[in-house]
Amino acid sequence: MEKLTWTGSLGAVLDPIFMILVPVFLTVIILRVVLSFFEPDVGIQPNPDGTANATGGIWGLTRTGSNWLGLAMLVLLLAYLVIGAVMGTGAGIIGGISQQFLPVWIALIATFAVSIRYKTRLGLYGKLFDSVIGMIGFALVMFWVYTALFTGLFDLVSTHDPLSQVSSMKNKVPGTPVARADEGTYPYYLLGGDNLARDVFSRMVKGSLVVMAIAPLATLFAFMVGITLGLPAGYYGGKLDTFLSFLANLILAFPVILLFYLLVTPEIVAAGLPQYMAVVLFFFPLVFMAVLIHSRYRTQPKKNYTWLAITLIPMFLIYAASINADGSKITFWPLDFFDIPGGILVVFVSVVFVNSPTVFRIVRGLAMDIKTRDYVSAAQTRGERPWYIMLWEILPNARGPLIVDFCLRIGYTTILLGTLGFFGLGLPPESPDWGTTINDGRRLLSIYLHPALVPAIALLSLVLGLNLLADGLREQSIRD
Amino acid sequence: MGRFILRRTGVLILTALCLTFIVFLLTNLYPNLEKLAKSEGNFRMADHEVATFLSNNGYRSALDPDFLAKVRSGQATDEEIEAGINTGFDARIFRNYGEWLGIVPGYVIEGTDGTTRARCATPGMDIADAPSFCGILQGYWGWSTVFKDEAGSIIGTRLALTGKLMFWVMLLMVPSALIIGVLAGMREGSATDRSLSTVSITTTATPEYVSGVLFIAVFASSAVGLKWFKGTATSAMDNATFENFFLPVLTIALYGMGYIARMTRASMAEVMTAHYVRTARLKGVSFRNIVLKHALRNALIAPFTVIMLQFPWLLNGVVIVETLFNYKGFGWVLVQAAGNNDIELLMGVSVVSVFVVLVTQLISDIGYVYLNPRISVT
Repeated sequence: MEKLTWTGSLGAVLDPIFMILVPVFLTVIILRVVLSFFEPDVGIQPNPDGTANATGGIWGLTRTGSNWLGLAMLVLLLAYLVIGAVMGTGAGIIGGISQQFLPVWIALIATFAVSIRYKTRLGLYGKLFDSVIGMIGFALVMFWVYTALFTGLFDLVSTHDPLSQVSSMKNKVPGTPVARADEGTYPYYLLGGDNLARDVFSRMVKGSLVVMAIAPLATLFAFMVGITLGLPAGYYGGKLDTFLSFLANLILAFPVILLFYLLVTPEIVAAGLPQYMAVVLFFFPLVFMAVLIHSRYRTQPKKNYTWLAITLIPMFLIYAASINADGSKITFWPLDFFDIPGGILVVFVSVVFVNSPTVFRIVRGLAMDIKTRDYVSAAQTRGERPWYIMLWEILPNARGPLIVDFCLRIGYTTILLGTLGFFGLGLPPESPDWGTTINDGRRLLSIYLHPALVPAIALLSLVLGLNLLADGLREQSIRD
Repeated sequence: MGRFILRRTGVLILTALCLTFIVFLLTNLYPNLEKLAKSEGNFRMADHEVATFLSNNGYRSALDPDFLAKVRSGQATDEEIEAGINTGFDARIFRNYGEWLGIVPGYVIEGTDGTTRARCATPGMDIADAPSFCGILQGYWGWSTVFKDEAGSIIGTRLALTGKLMFWVMLLMVPSALIIGVLAGMREGSATDRSLSTVSITTTATPEYVSGVLFIAVFASSAVGLKWFKGTATSAMDNATFENFFLPVLTIALYGMGYIARMTRASMAEVMTAHYVRTARLKGVSFRNIVLKHALRNALIAPFTVIMLQFPWLLNGVVIVETLFNYKGFGWVLVQAAGNNDIELLMGVSVVSVFVVLVTQLISDIGYVYLNPRISVT
């Protein structure tokens, strides 16, 4: 079989257009930016009689030009992907990749169609679809969410096993056909092979699963810790605040990498330290839920106990099972129905530990600001208990900045996971997560680019998506 | 102001003590010490040999002599050996920490093997000549077991190399971040603003190990790249040129740049909507003069704090970039010391990095009060 080119038979038609369009588009954009230094960009201005004035002259021209050219670029990219998804490897590497991602495309289109159709009824989430930046960010994030979902649940997107090695495919460039491929295996290494002759594309896809399994959940845990400690610190102030803030600053003053090295080395893991930290950190969600429910239904005991039982019993079972592991320091719990793989637990705990002080500081600041509002005084006058005021008056009103920070923080957690992988800490060396693959690939970077470049771009796109999403959310929640 | 600085310095010293003690505690956990003993002695040491090595070298309390004699004669069972060796908490750690600080006299131990060892005697020194106190307060940073050299001198030379790197990073990062931020913030919502904001969001979303890999791929790769720069900065340690030093500097600078630029933009945009700017505009002051004379100075207060608080992040970037570009500076030493559990070198490294973080925090607080007369500390 022949080696695949990037665009295959599509290239004959679309590549020349692409080659012309890109430089023209970039020139117009640069021209527009340079021109905007000399004259304020006023945009469309309404006249009192109902007509509108567009910017004229060369300013208006570059504006219209860049908009249309941008649209043309978008159409061209879509053409590559759509035709590629239909033609498969006939349309080169891009076609092959696009076809592998077909379930993701369908899920993305469905999500966008439904969301845009009902956006007026969906609150802040619906408002997201009013901003272009927010939509781009959301699309990038959901792309990786769906990829992780489909590859994790149905094993759909990837082409090969992320660990299987095919001899003679070592360091092969993208699009190389697999030597002596059996019936039923995918005939190409779409993005080449790494230095252990594994498929780079499949590893990148499987890597998204590791990131998606750890990053959002770890961020959520960090938020639970930060909220549970930050609210009382901000609300009560005084000695409690001084003490907790001192602890938070203590952790924040640690260089992150030094902390990782201290927590994640095999000797410390053998000493059981990450497990003890998990015992403490994983307990916060339970405390949070218990206080949340109890403060609300304190006066209705029946409802109170029902809700507490419904939430706390399953949570406690998961808690006990996750901190308990055979052959480690904590083995008291008989009902251990699942084990978190050692490396994952260590990584998870250290990421939560690093993130929670920052969340604590944000929540504390918000609580200090909001506690001076009138509705808090009203609640105090009504005789509400402090925890009710914190969790049911202050917290819901702090949700805007917290949601934005949540998005940003998932991105930051992804970067931290990558850093851990990059230094070979925690996760096993054959793990397909992006940090570890970048670390593997960088040793031969000057000769073979693709093994490191592919996970690097994947990580970049996910974090960029989260940042853009946070930006869009911030814009819309300020407008709210 | 004086009391404020005094109080903050007190908190700073307390924080530094707590942090160094945590590092000390973690590096002195038994599994770490066991690894150290085996790499210093030999890898086939029995458990009681590890324990005697550690007590002879002042890491742990001495074993019970009767127990040791019993083990050596081969009469002890495995359970007895396991029970006789303390692998958990050892109160000696407080004394060791005091010795490291220099407030407790250094140990002089006559070992079970007959030789006498003293903390303050560097290899080759006579024990009788050794001073009785030797710690951070006396200016002795300890002995690196990996590099077989004094920790203080290693940190000194490596810190100088990283200082060179940081100097160029600051020189590139701060002005360009401020320019981008001011240009984007002076006309909120314009084409300039939107394109520059996109650029700064992209750089904050690109961690150093991603941008470093991308830069090496594009500018330094021997396969398809442009070959403008070198992919390693090892030669830049003696002789830094644009060719071998620009990529590491750019990689560190870019990640911090986006963040500072966004803060500057936000601050500039806020100032541009202030009443005095509106007044200036109504007076007919030219846009150029509004930006340069009225807005700029007030807009630069917030970025100052942000730049100072960037130091801890830059330290992170330094470690990654020095590993990626093989530049043997402070970050590289951190990785070496942490990876090999080189206790005293690691302690030295953490003292330096913790102080950098805390002192920059202090400077940022004081600077903020100084620059912004509306904030008062009392």
